[in-house]
Amino acid sequence: MTDLTDLGIREIRDGVREGTFSAREVAEAFNAAVSSARQLNAFLVETPDHALAAADAADTARAAGETLKPLAGVPIGMKDLFCTKGVASTAASHILEGFTPQYESTVSQRLWDAGAGMLGKLNMDQFAMGSSNETSAFGNVISPWRRNDGGNAPLAPGGSSGGSSAAVSARLCPAATGTDTGGSIRQPAAFTGISGIKPTYGRCSRWGVIAFASSLDQAGPMARDVRDCAIMLEAMSGFDPKDATSLDVPVPRWEQGLNASLAGKRVGIPREYRVDNMPEEIEALWQRGIEWVKDAGAEVVEVSLPHTKYALPAYYIIAPAEASSNLARYDGVRYGKRDLPDGANLQAMYAATRAAGFGEEVKRRILIGTYVLSAGFYDAYFTQASKVRTLIAQDFDKAWESCEILLTPTAPSAAFGLGEKSDDPLAMYLNDVFTVPSSLAGLPAMSVPGGLDKHGLPLGLQVIGKALDEQGVLNAALALEERAGFVARPQAWW
Amino acid sequence: MTDYRIKGATGDWEVVIGLEVHAQVTSNAKLFSGAATAFGAEPNSQVSLIDAAMPGMLPVPNRECIRQAVRTGMAIDAQINKWSRFDRKNYFYADLPQGYQISQLYHPIVGEGSVEIEDGDIVKTIGVERIHVEQDAGKLMHDQHPTRSYVDLNRCGVALMEIVSRPDMRSPSEAGAYLRKLRAILRYVGSCDGNMEEGSMRADVNVSVRKPGEEFGTRTETKNVNSVRFVMAAIEHEAHRQVDVLESGGKIVQETRLFNPDTGTTRSMRSKEDAHDYRYFPDPDLLPLELDDAFLEECRASLPELPDAKRKRYEALGITAYNADVLTAEVETARWFDTLLDAGAAPVAASNWVTGELFGALNRMGKGITDSPVTPGQAAELLSLVADGTLSGSLAKQVFEVMLETGDAPGKIVEERGLKQTSDTGAIEAVIAEVLAKNPGQLEQYRGGKVALFGFFVGQTMKAMGGKANPQVVNDLLKKALG
Repeated sequence: MTDLTDLGIREIRDGVREGTFSAREVAEAFNAAVSSARQLNAFLVETPDHALAAADAADTARAAGETLKPLAGVPIGMKDLFCTKGVASTAASHILEGFTPQYESTVSQRLWDAGAGMLGKLNMDQFAMGSSNETSAFGNVISPWRRNDGGNAPLAPGGSSGGSSAAVSARLCPAATGTDTGGSIRQPAAFTGISGIKPTYGRCSRWGVIAFASSLDQAGPMARDVRDCAIMLEAMSGFDPKDATSLDVPVPRWEQGLNASLAGKRVGIPREYRVDNMPEEIEALWQRGIEWVKDAGAEVVEVSLPHTKYALPAYYIIAPAEASSNLARYDGVRYGKRDLPDGANLQAMYAATRAAGFGEEVKRRILIGTYVLSAGFYDAYFTQASKVRTLIAQDFDKAWESCEILLTPTAPSAAFGLGEKSDDPLAMYLNDVFTVPSSLAGLPAMSVPGGLDKHGLPLGLQVIGKALDEQGVLNAALALEERAGFVARPQAWW
Repeated sequence: MTDYRIKGATGDWEVVIGLEVHAQVTSNAKLFSGAATAFGAEPNSQVSLIDAAMPGMLPVPNRECIRQAVRTGMAIDAQINKWSRFDRKNYFYADLPQGYQISQLYHPIVGEGSVEIEDGDIVKTIGVERIHVEQDAGKLMHDQHPTRSYVDLNRCGVALMEIVSRPDMRSPSEAGAYLRKLRAILRYVGSCDGNMEEGSMRADVNVSVRKPGEEFGTRTETKNVNSVRFVMAAIEHEAHRQVDVLESGGKIVQETRLFNPDTGTTRSMRSKEDAHDYRYFPDPDLLPLELDDAFLEECRASLPELPDAKRKRYEALGITAYNADVLTAEVETARWFDTLLDAGAAPVAASNWVTGELFGALNRMGKGITDSPVTPGQAAELLSLVADGTLSGSLAKQVFEVMLETGDAPGKIVEERGLKQTSDTGAIEAVIAEVLAKNPGQLEQYRGGKVALFGFFVGQTMKAMGGKANPQVVNDLLKKALG
């Protein structure tokens, strides 16, 4: 019998429905995998009982002959950015240590309502700020992947959803939630050989998701393949009156609509995505991707997104600006950490609490954000960045005149070693160069594994679509997935 | 009336005043959360997860608060901006859980408007620069514990309208007139209860002084003054202080000041140098507010008749300017009076009766118009009994007293107590004959030329008739009888 932890969402869902195995068996298998993989540091909190309760509900429903819910019997991992009722939620920051929400985020609630159970809360870059998981206050996640050079150097699982990517690729869970502000679903998915989609901004409610940069933050699924992403995204999406930026549009049946034929579609190749010093392997992978979409019936066209080079600077103004304000609420007054030195007044308490509670990268971004919003600098930075953002959105609008889908690499490199870039914030920020533009424009974008580099590490291809055209994105990703035939997986060393 | 001037050693000074009025929007829920807004509730009993700024919580605009701001703008003939946006004003304080106040700096919902004021015999238009909507903060309590401060978040997130005037006022009394007028408009519209004691309305007072005709001087802003009287006192004090500073060779520092109601003085709170940098930027949790024509139409259609229009209408009905003013000053009075007119009362008589009899009685009883024991319907009936001659003026007073005591309808009182006035000439003539017979001395004096005694005979006749005789008929018959 196959190992249950090798199964994805669809296989588990169908297997439970058909009675091939019980949901409890699945939950127990994954609970065991989680508890035996602590070396990866992917989970901050393990919640085996939550997974078992959902599994038992599925088994009971099946025994009673009821129609099973869309995710009945599927245990998942939950990024720690989502507030989960009664379960510690910290955004991997000391400042929220000990904080247990009395409420459930809309997205996690939707998943539980769809029958899913929770294996635990996943580690991440602190407040979702980072591309390597090294900014977590509770220790970095270690990627289950290793280079084939025998060196066993610990690698970054990507970030900020690095706990999610590590856990899914290490088969600790069939799927996990991620959030993506500038690439935090797509880059870790690419680093670990899994799939992940950031839907159109507004598809998934942000209510109950600890905010990093409100105008960019979007939740999305990370799973082993495109179909699983489609299934999970369907459960996560939908209008939420509690989020004023939530889109009041129907959620399509994405799984049902999956179609790997790209006949009649035009796939755009943005020429500005050829960056300096990009490894040849990435370029080669991109070329293979182009061949694959052609093979799937698409016409390939070259397009121009002329403002691409301004996307990263604009992003690193807008996101920190919003973050500097969003994180003001962590002040030690009402919840979380409070550091009250002897004789301290209110200001001193704020200073001590925030100095002790926030990590270095979070502080760096609060400082940048505070600076770019301050009197005298606002117009030069924030206003200018907002204009760039509009231009970038217009670039995409223009591109859509000649194509329906864009194909790019997900990241400019394969996974790097832990510590390799942590002293150089700018080098770290460059990881987001291909993912940030679509975030600024609020467009749906997905990463699928395309192959391995010479060190045996996964490389991802990114598909970007028009607003609300998740179906187009999923279909193009499926066409790539079918042709890539990516089967590599990390060999368990943990 | 002469211009208000401060007499300084170097000559006359003119005072320039602008007011930023914070008016709490009347609504059941807060601006961005569903929490209740009732005044005086137990501390922290009206706080949602959003108000407490729990992680991941998001604001959602309350349509009713937006509607009230739009209606208020329409009531002062202001431009309504169909596209507006919320901004964050960032600063740290324990009464501000989010670490920012959601406000509207760059694109307020209401633009230029104006308010007409009367100050003595001066009629003047005061410009309103803008009205924007923003969140209120919570309240720190320093008297609950010897070494700790407590915070009550009940007010946190309550919707405020900030109504910013132009620096168009030139005296404390103009500022007072503006505030009273603005308060009346808000109360007519129903967008703010105008209750200054409960903090529903408070003003930041901008004052500067200059020699008449010169450029504006440097202004100071006195924060959070919470009554019309205090606003006037703060201006008075602040203007004199500024004149003293300038005349002794000093400079006015642009600063924020606080008013002390006990001493009637202001003191410095913080100067521009240590002013906060609020780092305003568009709130990314909220989309711009876009108002459609149907919404605006609904807002406009729901506006009541406003004080100025009402006053003009009353005056056109023949009501004196003074009465019209008194009757329209408070929305409840105007509402009561309109109901009285609707019930058929003659406007002029009704206005005199309300401002005289009714107000006198209510004052005596320490009651307001809203808890008047007499309803407009009963008052209309009373006035019609006077108009048709059933009751004399004095009988009407008697009936009114009984109405105040019992709450009964006047018709019933007249019936039960036999208070109906009589115009029966036979009966009156008989009584007159009796009165003349009983007072031969006075009769002789009258006939000898002391005509002032006419009133004596009227009084005696009325008294003998228990006050129920029609005074006009008594007059006529007496004249005849006295020859």
